Amino acid sequence: MRILFSFLTLSLFVTVAYAVDTEDALDDPVLQARYEKIVGEVRCLKCQNQTIKDSNAFLAGDLRREIRHMLEDGLTDEQIFDFLVERYGDFALYKPRASGKTLILWIAPALFLLGGAFVLVNIVRRRMTLPIDDDSAAKD
Amino acid sequence: MWKYSVPVVLFALLILMFVKGLDPERDVNALPSPFLGKPAPEFELPSLTDPSKTVSNADFGNEMSLVNVWATWCVGCRQEHQFLLQLAESGSIRMFGLNWRDNRVEAQRWLQDLGNPYIDTAYDEDGRAGINWGVYGAPETFLVAADGTVLYKHLGPLNRSLWEKHFVPRLESAGKTQ
Repeated sequence: MRILFSFLTLSLFVTVAYAVDTEDALDDPVLQARYEKIVGEVRCLKCQNQTIKDSNAFLAGDLRREIRHMLEDGLTDEQIFDFLVERYGDFALYKPRASGKTLILWIAPALFLLGGAFVLVNIVRRRMTLPIDDDSAAKD
Repeated sequence: MWKYSVPVVLFALLILMFVKGLDPERDVNALPSPFLGKPAPEFELPSLTDPSKTVSNADFGNEMSLVNVWATWCVGCRQEHQFLLQLAESGSIRMFGLNWRDNRVEAQRWLQDLGNPYIDTAYDEDGRAGINWGVYGAPETFLVAADGTVLYKHLGPLNRSLWEKHFVPRLESAGKTQ
C-alpha cells in the first residue's frame, strides 16, 4: 500500500521532455553555451509563445541553423541579435533591447510601481489626519 | 468633481485599447515588417521552373512588383491562388513568386495544375532567402516599389477586398508621384 501510494505521489511530478533540437552540439563548448543562451532568447515567429529552442516549427529549425553558422563564423551575440531584429523586428527577441521604441517596455514597470507608491502614500497620509472615530471615517 | 477625472480618463484609454485589440479585422499574428520603407533584401536564387536560370532583385526591372511567398504545403496559398491568377490576368502588376521551403517537383506540378500567375518564381529550398526577407508564415505578399523599396507586406491569403483595401491605394499614390 505504501509503495503504491508513494508511486502515485511520485507520478504527479512526472514531466515529459522532448528533444526538439536534434543537431549535434558545436565542437567548442563555449560556443555551444552561447548557442543555447541565444536560442533561448529568440522568439519563434511562427509559434509566437515559444522560443526557437522549444519549437519544432521548421522556421525555428532554420533560425537555429543560421545562428549556428553565425557563431561558427565568429559573430558576436550582439551581431546575431542584430541580424534577427533587422529581419523580424524587436518582437523576435524575448528580451527586447532598451532602445527607442522598446524603452517604454523597460520603464513601464518602474512607472507603475512609483504611481502605486504615490497613491498608497496619499491614502495613508489622508487617513492619518482623520479622527479615530469609526462613524466619521465611514462617512468619508 | 475633478478628482475623478484621472481615473475616468485612464479607464477610457483602457477601453479604447481593448476596442482596438478586439477589432475582428486585426490579425493577431501579423507583425509589421521592419523592411517597410527600406530597400527590399537582396536575393539570387535558381528559378523554380528552369533551374539553369536565376531570379534576383534585378528581375523586378525598376517597376512596381509583387513578391508572393508560397509553398505547396501552405493551405492559405491554395486559397489565394485563384485571386492571384485573376490579378496576373488583369495585368495591373508584375508578380514574382518565392517558393519557400518546398519540393521542386511538387511545386512545379502545382503551377502546372493550378496555373502560373508569376513572371518567374525563385526556388528557396533551404529557406535562407525567406529568412532574409523576414518571412515567418506563408502566404506573405510584399509590394516592392519601382526603386526597390518595400511599400507593404501582407500576411495571409489575399483576396479582392484585401487587395483593394491595402494594395490599390498604395499603387495609386505611387503612380501619382512617378
